Amino acid sequence: MKYQEREQEGIHYEIQRNCLIIYVNQDLDHHAVTYLRERSDRLIEAGNIRHVIFDFRDADFMDSSGIGLIMGRYKKVMFRGGKAAVTNVREGVNRIFQMSGLYQIIEKYPTPAEAVFGVNQKREGQTVHGLSRNGGKHEDHI
Amino acid sequence: MGCRGMEESMKIIFDSNSENEAFARTVIAAYITRLDPTLEELADVKTAVSEAVTNCIIHGYSGTEGDIEMQCDIQDHDVWIEIVDHGVGIPDIAKAMEPLYTTKPEWERSGMGFAFMEAFMDELEVFSEPGKGTRVKLKKHIGKKAA
Repeated sequence: MKYQEREQEGIHYEIQRNCLIIYVNQDLDHHAVTYLRERSDRLIEAGNIRHVIFDFRDADFMDSSGIGLIMGRYKKVMFRGGKAAVTNVREGVNRIFQMSGLYQIIEKYPTPAEAVFGVNQKREGQTVHGLSRNGGKHEDHI
Repeated sequence: MGCRGMEESMKIIFDSNSENEAFARTVIAAYITRLDPTLEELADVKTAVSEAVTNCIIHGYSGTEGDIEMQCDIQDHDVWIEIVDHGVGIPDIAKAMEPLYTTKPEWERSGMGFAFMEAFMDELEVFSEPGKGTRVKLKKHIGKKAA
């Protein structure tokens, strides 16, 4: 299953297997976060999304607003046993992740393809399935 | 180039519109180019400015309209930046500066704004009074050690 959509200001979303991939493609600041948050949440709710992947190949800059965005999406999928990952992270953005301690809860992969594979590999037994919130909606792997 | 830096100062006033976060970063990056900063120093200053301006928009004016002032000066290899809003002010500055503390968790604020400013700059001072707005003073040494 492949789903693609283009959003204003170059942000690009793609669904691969059970992952939502968000190609950030611009400075990830408070301004970008305001519309990215709403859009990505709608896709997470609508699709069979378990994991969220943020790609930074074309993004040089991120500040604490980006940290809030990623943590917020992570909390959303966490209750479905999902993970958050980042890919193609360049040095500037990497420093922000390191400083914020975000790598303790999210995973880093070289590319989105590797992330899609990676987040579906390790299950680490951290099942939170008991917490099915939305009326016991069931998510299966595709 | 004056050694007191008087003729190098710069001040801009812009609206509390979130698009101006990127504008402020672009302006400060252009302004400190004359100090020949490394890419890392440039990123540090841009991040700190971005955090301060975002605070004015989100906290100072809480999404409403208002003026944000950015005043800069260069003295030798030090850049001084003051970012000012005339919004609600901060009742407890020490509390506001605690890492992970935020008054806007529903907006998914990470509570790291001041922590980033502190980490990326050499000096950070915050002056604020409820109802009177907030003034954030940042300083950073750029490039080789000044003689």
